[in-house]
Amino acid sequence: MNIAITLTVNGVVRQVEVPGRRLLSDCLRHDLGLTGTHVGCEHGVCGCCTVLLDGEPVRSCLTFAVTVDGHDITTVEGLAAPGGAMSPVQRAFAECHGLQCGFCTPGFLCTVTALLRDNPAPSEEEVLEGISGNLCRCTGYQNIVKSVHRAAEIMAEES
Amino acid sequence: MTTKLFGEPVRRREDPRLLTGQGRYLDDLGGDALAAAFVRSPHAHARIRDIDVSAAIDVDGLVAIYTWEDLPALLAQPLPLLIPHPALTHGRTAHPLARDVVRHVGEPVVMVVARDRYLAEDACALIRVDYEILKPVVGVEEAAQSAQLVHDDVPGNVGAHLVQEVPSAAGLGAREAIDAAPHTLAFRLDIERSASMPLEGRGVYARWDADDRSLRVYTSTQTSTSVRMAIAAKLGLPLPKVEVIAPDVGGGFGVKIVHPWPEEVLVPWAAILLGREIKWAEDRREHFVSSAHERAQVQSVRVGFDDDGRVLGLEVNILHDHGAYTPYGIIVPIITSTQLLGPYKIGAYRVEFSSIYTNTVQVTPYRGAGRPQAVFCMERTMDHIAAHLGADRTAVREVNFIRPDEFPYDQGLIFQDGRPLIYDSGDYPESLRMLKELIGWDSFPEAKARAAAEGRRIGIGIGCYVEGTGVGPYEGGHVQITSDGRVHVSTGLTSQGQGHETVFAQIAAAELGVPLERVSVVTGDTRRFGYAVGTFASRAAVMSGNAIALACRKVKEKALRIAADALEAAPGDLEIVDGEVRVLGAPGASIPLATVAVLSNPLRYAFDEEAARATQFAGTPAFDRPPVEEGQEPGLEGRDYYSPLRSTFASGMHAAIVETDPLTAEIRILRYAVVHDCGNLINPMIVEGQIHGGVAQGVGGALYERMVYDEHGQLLNASFMDFLMPYATEIPLVETAHLQTPSPLNPLGIKGAGEAGVIPVSAVIASAIEDAEGIGIDRMPISPSELFDLRRAATGRSTSET
Repeated sequence: MNIAITLTVNGVVRQVEVPGRRLLSDCLRHDLGLTGTHVGCEHGVCGCCTVLLDGEPVRSCLTFAVTVDGHDITTVEGLAAPGGAMSPVQRAFAECHGLQCGFCTPGFLCTVTALLRDNPAPSEEEVLEGISGNLCRCTGYQNIVKSVHRAAEIMAEES
Repeated sequence: MTTKLFGEPVRRREDPRLLTGQGRYLDDLGGDALAAAFVRSPHAHARIRDIDVSAAIDVDGLVAIYTWEDLPALLAQPLPLLIPHPALTHGRTAHPLARDVVRHVGEPVVMVVARDRYLAEDACALIRVDYEILKPVVGVEEAAQSAQLVHDDVPGNVGAHLVQEVPSAAGLGAREAIDAAPHTLAFRLDIERSASMPLEGRGVYARWDADDRSLRVYTSTQTSTSVRMAIAAKLGLPLPKVEVIAPDVGGGFGVKIVHPWPEEVLVPWAAILLGREIKWAEDRREHFVSSAHERAQVQSVRVGFDDDGRVLGLEVNILHDHGAYTPYGIIVPIITSTQLLGPYKIGAYRVEFSSIYTNTVQVTPYRGAGRPQAVFCMERTMDHIAAHLGADRTAVREVNFIRPDEFPYDQGLIFQDGRPLIYDSGDYPESLRMLKELIGWDSFPEAKARAAAEGRRIGIGIGCYVEGTGVGPYEGGHVQITSDGRVHVSTGLTSQGQGHETVFAQIAAAELGVPLERVSVVTGDTRRFGYAVGTFASRAAVMSGNAIALACRKVKEKALRIAADALEAAPGDLEIVDGEVRVLGAPGASIPLATVAVLSNPLRYAFDEEAARATQFAGTPAFDRPPVEEGQEPGLEGRDYYSPLRSTFASGMHAAIVETDPLTAEIRILRYAVVHDCGNLINPMIVEGQIHGGVAQGVGGALYERMVYDEHGQLLNASFMDFLMPYATEIPLVETAHLQTPSPLNPLGIKGAGEAGVIPVSAVIASAIEDAEGIGIDRMPISPSELFDLRRAATGRSTSET
């Protein structure tokens, strides 16, 4: 019943055998031990489980692992530099108090990483639009919005 | 304070791990554990005739199936009623697994354990439960009048009934005072259900060590110490053989203070029985139908007042819907009825509540815990008075404020902690002045007129509250400085994102005079600290913060005494700076705290060069004293507790400007301003974050969130698709200003801040919409379609009147 798949996760080739119904979120968390990706609703609304599939944000809870065989996935564990230095987005969230309990944070980080890659200097409206698919129950979003702008600034300073 | 750490916006020490995927939440643990899943009742009220598990037996990977009949005697009993109260004459709690009757959709009936969650759910789907469906009781007013009973032995569905009355200074009762008042008003208010809805649900992971006969339980809880005691009691285990740990917790907001949840005793029990690690992680639908909700109340108000709007008498009758069970007692309606008074002096007050059973999910505290309803009631009352008199809404509030020179102010009631409701400090007139300035209250009429000229409708609203925070009975702190100079702080209460690791480290570093980087903090781990109450009621900073400060002072005193010996100086001439004990005015005469820690523990055996300094042939011993003197203990550590006389009362005032669309009735918040007073701030960045988050939850409760039950007791919107929590696009920028009136009750002068933001929001938004529309708003939340209907009703009424 299990199907062998190969994923490139955070730059590392991983082989795993999963049942056809295995969600990508469960595969990452429970089969590959990458528990940084969180599951908040399992119906695609909260955005906690967002990962980058070939660079684009997707809900890993709405994706069957077998459907991404051969693809490239980045999770929150893969956002920092290889040496462990946090990415500009991660640093900005720390600087601006963009997280409290931290449960939704990995989803925001992946979403914002892709957002700023495509639009390095987003307007306020573009930031709101960009994160409008992710729920946070702690921060009230104000500092998350601030973090996104700050991340854009850091990226501009460092480029 | 010896350094500037207290009061600084220090960056959070939790963040590096949480930002890199290294946090460890409940479901991140126990990768090899078996999974539990539950068959839950699909009916709101039914009798279980039969449970047939035969079809599930053959599921691959199935390990065990349990029903109520399988439970041992202690577990088969109803779960604890956590907070008994004399007025709760008919308290009822659920069994861990349903026995005979289910009383809400989502009540657990069967527990399945299997190799993984998918397989456990496969087995659940094959278990057939035969139910005799009973008539459900839904809606608090229906329940109060219904002949149908949620519990056969609870007449009228009334769990509790409580009256509190405070006569006027002249000895008049509230009813007499109202009848004698120049003006009287009567009206009704409605608030619907919402819920804490943390993004991480509940979860439990249990490990039984059969060799050691000890149990370790990880649970996503707001009180690990009390879960531990409950597990030990329910499973008949010696307390020292049970450890409970709250790992990283993905939000709580009140729902995780309830304990023990059925799963918190069933999962450990099965782990022991099977000798296997077992884990259960709640899914979102389970959270909607089997955890807890809050808020729903119907309030009837009568108020009497004079020509200035001064309240002479206030009578409030509350119908409180507590759902199917009362594990958390009647804390929510008690808080509503006591915190209703807010920053005001009310001539005479009478409050009566009935707490009613319905066939719905139980109601237990959600951030604010009865206060949003209380503030909605009082602030709507103030607005009604202002409208009746044609007075400015802030002027009516001002005339009723307790003045700054009247503290401590005794409201004459008993608060939720069983102690007198005496406000310790505050400055309400100043708070209002700051708020009016921040929002531009006095110039708003011009703005409104300008908007009207453009065909736009805008309105301004206000809401004031007082919040009893830092309720007892106590919290403790333990502080140990080890011989590497590191400072290890622990406290028993738990964290769900509030930044305790940071603020408690700030307090310890400031008290001890050590660099922040040397301090580490552990919360919610009974291996490190066994005595605690929990995290709720905006109490963590007040309670554990002060306990840790007191423990640090003990350690510091000891460090100075030992250092004084070593430096041949008087303890009073010493200071600790940057982790070094120095002689005041004698540069160079110093000793690191690390060395003091070494010296504090007389040794026989050296394990490194530093430790050699404390061995028996090192130094010059005093032969007339034992190595550890009488009354002393080895080690540089201290433990202390903070137990307050009563709660400390934070306060705040919010104002908002809203715009309502003349055509679509869409409601948009243009500005939101907060003046907040939680005494001395430990970390202003974190306090601001708490306020932002609270306001956002308040906006959700005012405009979007409600639990929609149909007449069958089915929750129609039990998903994030249908229960509308706000995204970034719905939340306004929150403008804040801080007033700091320190609490005289605790050493650090602090008050709680965790719940504040959420408390007045519904009142503020109702006030603003009313101002924009000129239509009374007495029911929250309010959606555009409801506002549209109110407009039509208002137009219809005025048409029929003319």
